[in-house]
Amino acid sequence: MENALSNSTIDVAATTRPWRPGAVEGLAILLLLLVALRNPLATLVSGPGLQTWTTVFVSVMVQAMPFLVFGVVLSAVIAVFVPRSFWARALPRHPVAAVPVAGLAGVVLPGCECGSVPIAGSLIRRGVTPAAALAFLLAAPAINPIVLTATAVAFPGDPEMVAARAAASLIVAVAMGWLWLRLGRTEWIRLPRRSDLDDTSQARAFWAACRHDVMHAGGFLVIGAAAAATINVAVPESWLQTLAADPLLSVLALAVLAVLLSICSEADAFVAASLSQFSLTSRLVFLVVGPMVDLKLIAMQTGVFGRRFAARFAPATFVAAVLVGAGIGTVVW
Amino acid sequence: MNRRAQAIVMALLGGAILKACLTDVYLRYVKEGLQPFLLGAGTLLLVAATMTLYYDLRAGDEGHGHDHHESRAGWLLILPALAVLLIAPPALGSYAAGQAGSALASAQVESEFSPLPPGDPVPLSLMDYGTRAIFDEGRSLAGRRLRLIGFISTGPDGRPMLTRMTMACCAADGRPIKVGLAGGVTVEAPVDTWVQVVGVWSSRVEKDPVNQAHVPYLEVTDWQQTTAPRRPYE
Repeated sequence: MENALSNSTIDVAATTRPWRPGAVEGLAILLLLLVALRNPLATLVSGPGLQTWTTVFVSVMVQAMPFLVFGVVLSAVIAVFVPRSFWARALPRHPVAAVPVAGLAGVVLPGCECGSVPIAGSLIRRGVTPAAALAFLLAAPAINPIVLTATAVAFPGDPEMVAARAAASLIVAVAMGWLWLRLGRTEWIRLPRRSDLDDTSQARAFWAACRHDVMHAGGFLVIGAAAAATINVAVPESWLQTLAADPLLSVLALAVLAVLLSICSEADAFVAASLSQFSLTSRLVFLVVGPMVDLKLIAMQTGVFGRRFAARFAPATFVAAVLVGAGIGTVVW
Repeated sequence: MNRRAQAIVMALLGGAILKACLTDVYLRYVKEGLQPFLLGAGTLLLVAATMTLYYDLRAGDEGHGHDHHESRAGWLLILPALAVLLIAPPALGSYAAGQAGSALASAQVESEFSPLPPGDPVPLSLMDYGTRAIFDEGRSLAGRRLRLIGFISTGPDGRPMLTRMTMACCAADGRPIKVGLAGGVTVEAPVDTWVQVVGVWSSRVEKDPVNQAHVPYLEVTDWQQTTAPRRPYE
């Protein structure tokens, strides 16, 4: 690692490049053009559908930004300032025991899913066993106190929804962690080599980590937000209503809807509450799937952990969440 | 994407967030309670941009190199920044309201409805009017003049409806509350116009065809156009 780092530094220093228009110049030209064309641009998006799309897109981004930024700062702190030995002491030595502890640790992090992806990436980088980091990744957005309070407020007539949601989410998170221990392969997770984290100056490494994660996870968040806005505008709610009558179909419909809508886990309970024609079981599945698998999370996981990981982890989590959610729902109601 | 370009994109994004949350534009997208967090996030982005530029300039050419796997996805962050700075799309309106079912489906039943506050007419939110009209069967509304503020959307029968969006978190989970307008006075205003309607409780209740939720009606006695409220969502 050290060797590779010094080599690449020498390479870059050795090549003296002639001036050519680079990213900054291109960006300046693009910005000037956009500002000049501001009015035609605004007319272009004034159609009601496109305007609603833009509003939803901007809303998802604005809502997610604080969580992303604070998640990124926390993950940079983990990556730079928290020594590796801390995690060895904080978590049980045996991975099988570390998974549920990491899952329960999600209770103390009030945040939504956008922040937990870079944090989980940082944890793995700092030597936490991937299974435990993944259990944390799934549990944190689903069972933190803010989310559970929101669920209680949204379902005043069904207090068992809160317990069912917490139990189902924790079971899925821990089960996925253990599944990873059995079947997961380290090479599926492709955390990009980050020479900047080994910087001799901790301050420089910290800001480099912040910059990298904001740009990287943020870029993928944009993709997810755009997809969610498209679904939000393109799929009229009336389509769903025809599916509500069938018990099996309604569970699948709301599970898929949770993936597509990509609503913040702090808000999804209110949406679930308004889907009143659907059974409580199917709405529980909606609440269990949403914080663990959705378009913006899949996009961010692809960005942070690599495509091979996301292609396996997201579908497996989806199946686990649907099965556990439906199972617990059937027992409770 | 080199570090200087990344710094500029982060600065744009941070600036866009700060601008939105210092000018009430953010209320079109998220709840008021998010403002301090937006301030923090915007400031942190600006600091991160400054620190990136500072280290990059100090490192000179050595640090100017491209990081190849440092994704091109980062460029996409220009989109939300420019959407806020240049377009600042409006709060959800009649189009979104027409696509979604009314939020009065869920019986968020309060065990007891407190009596209306004093005033004539009494200013009420659409949500308050709706829950009292449906789940209290209008008991606490009877005999009072009420004032509701919302925008006009088109009902399933083509007649104007008074509508307000509610949200739990951000506009992506925004849902309409629809109140039908009955009575002799017809409200003639184009869709998405904000109006202030004065009227009395009507026992008429219809179903929203989108999700079979209740749509209460208001017997309109008077109405006038008004400006959009500072908080477009209830």
